Amino acid sequence: MFEIFASLQAAWALVNGADPALARIVALSLELSLAAALLGAAIGLPLGALVAVGRFPGRRAVIVALNALLGLPSVVVGLLVYLMLSRAGPLGSWGLLFTPTAIVMAQSLLVAPIVAALARQTCEDAWRDYEEQLTSLGVSRARAVPTLLWDARYSLLTTVLAGFGRAASEVGAVMIVGGNIDGVTRVMTTAIALETSKGDLPLALALGFVLILVVLVVNAAAYGLREWSVRRHG
Amino acid sequence: MVESPPLLAARDLTVVLGGVKALDGLSLDLMAGRRTVILGANGAGKSVLLRTLHGLIAPSAGTLSWARPHRQAMVFQRPVMLRRSAIDNVTYALSVNGIPAKERAARAASALERVGLAPIAERPARALSGGEQQRLALARAWALKPEILFLDEPTASLDPGASAEVERVISAIADEGTRIVMTTHHLGQARRLADEIVFLHAGRTVERTPVADFFRQPASKEASLFLKGELPWT
Amino acid sequence: MDVTLPRRRLCFGLAAALVAASSLITTSTLAQPTFITIASTTSTEQSGLFKEMLPAFTKATGIEPRVVALGTGQALDMGRRGDADVVFVHDQVAEEKFVADGFGVQRLEVMYNDFVIVGPRVDPAKARGKDVLEGLRRIAAARAPFASRADKSGTHAAELRYWQAAGIDLGKEKGPWYRETGSGMGPTLNTASGLNAYALADRGTWLAFKNRGDLDIVVEGDQRLFNQYGVMLVNPAKHPHVKKDAGQKFIDWVVSPAGQAAIAAYRIDGQQLFFPNAKPGG
Repeated sequence: MFEIFASLQAAWALVNGADPALARIVALSLELSLAAALLGAAIGLPLGALVAVGRFPGRRAVIVALNALLGLPSVVVGLLVYLMLSRAGPLGSWGLLFTPTAIVMAQSLLVAPIVAALARQTCEDAWRDYEEQLTSLGVSRARAVPTLLWDARYSLLTTVLAGFGRAASEVGAVMIVGGNIDGVTRVMTTAIALETSKGDLPLALALGFVLILVVLVVNAAAYGLREWSVRRHG
Repeated sequence: MVESPPLLAARDLTVVLGGVKALDGLSLDLMAGRRTVILGANGAGKSVLLRTLHGLIAPSAGTLSWARPHRQAMVFQRPVMLRRSAIDNVTYALSVNGIPAKERAARAASALERVGLAPIAERPARALSGGEQQRLALARAWALKPEILFLDEPTASLDPGASAEVERVISAIADEGTRIVMTTHHLGQARRLADEIVFLHAGRTVERTPVADFFRQPASKEASLFLKGELPWT
Repeated sequence: MDVTLPRRRLCFGLAAALVAASSLITTSTLAQPTFITIASTTSTEQSGLFKEMLPAFTKATGIEPRVVALGTGQALDMGRRGDADVVFVHDQVAEEKFVADGFGVQRLEVMYNDFVIVGPRVDPAKARGKDVLEGLRRIAAARAPFASRADKSGTHAAELRYWQAAGIDLGKEKGPWYRETGSGMGPTLNTASGLNAYALADRGTWLAFKNRGDLDIVVEGDQRLFNQYGVMLVNPAKHPHVKKDAGQKFIDWVVSPAGQAAIAAYRIDGQQLFFPNAKPGG
């Protein structure tokens, strides 16, 4: 118990001290996780909405598969992306292994299914309310996708935040495709893993608290954005 | 009197919903320039008929022939509004129907003007009262300049004051030449708005009479019982 | 406010996402100072050696060394796949096979450190001493908890050789006392600390390790605990994209007097961890 309190104090000292190396790691983590959240949302939102309104053979199987992907083991994703980007793999010539881009790719692949599965449910519920009226107005199923996504934007914001959280907390896949290279692909989570393996548990925990703080700040900002938007547009 | 060919000819429509025949071999001709109110007890098939004529439900048997393609619109008992401003709901409908951007704003503004909602055009549609939302739904339908407007118990959820306003708007729309096909439970409303009554019983048209004659002396036994409030639940 | 605004906002969001992603791609592949990818072991990274000595290399050559720290086995696999330009590990047998199989150009010796056996201070197996083989025999006899890396690393390969030399058939003797963690040196030491178990560690990682619990060095100083590090350039004949000039510059520097001095200069609590022993002329 005492160690946890000591680590909290250490975390606060870290934040106040504004150590440039730590600042760089935090900035990189934020940048990569936000990019992955946006990319994952760009894939997952339309995909989820399409499955929600679509009528096609195998639709139920697709929904089951999407929901199952919520439990996708991240280390498997890391391994698959590694094998794709390795020089010995199909995309080796792109030279992306051990770069921040590889991290964004792996994280996006983890975020997209979460966003798609949750968006599918949200849009399906909305479609149930809107289908009759929108069809009457002449809106095709395809045309309804952006309409539903925009209309459900507050629920979907929470979904995208869930995706961001997933990206920001990922360790295994990031370690595999990024290599945890000091100054290049070391992010908060892999730094915590490194300090843990060096046995410096108090520092690792302190970094953990800093990471939680960063995620909290992002969520607070998103909440503020939502509140402002509701007040302005309803 | 020789009548021109019907706008819409329905022949032997059969619709099965949940194992029950909601429409049972129903035939009906809709002529141009009329105001038709469809009456019947609960379960007679009024709402199903409206939705089938509008194209929201596909009949399992029978035919629907339009003399030529007609622009249609429908207003439902409970208005369904998107999460955006009142006027944006109207411009949305216009954009979906291919009205060029330059025209949309003007048409939407004028539609809101006609239904008396111009002062609250920028307010979030969902924040409007029931009566205001229903008038907005009418404005949205009207802005599309439909040739035939279906209305499914448009005032059922409204108080008398709001009902009266909605009736005024429907009358104004009919005066401009839009063909009205409406269902209602309010006999007074039917008398005010209709020029002909179609009476449904057990999924079939039982009679079709000019409004004044219907209320003085309906031609069918079922209609008489209905007007006396004695028709059993179908 | 036009009704196309929501669609415009979605497009904006998508565009922002693509810009973010593409800017990352640009910054990571173009306009970069020359860098080389070095596949090395957790012992060199976690001891802190690289953090100390590599800046000197960058200053001398302008090349940025990017170290991916894995176990020796994984590092050699990376070299075989062509995902690294240089491999810097400590398993002579495996390294020589790497070169013989054509994946490496030449093996050069760089430095050595030594292994130690760490264990609980009270030493229940009475393994303390200067003889590593005797120590291991006593640990096996006492069935005292022992944490093994079991991860194809140089340290793990060395550990297996010691058991064999001590005459212990792990296949038969293995039991609940022998914990295979399948992980790097640090995590294995964490496990040993938590279980109060014995473990074989390289001195560098041990000295830098902060979570010792009740553990201390029980066996050291045996000549057989000598641990040699070698460096190899990944063969450009097998992987044409390998940065052979920059990679060779690294190898040249690390065996040069400047590099060797940087290695010798690294200390923890006044103790030198790694002892340079590159032979002149390779």
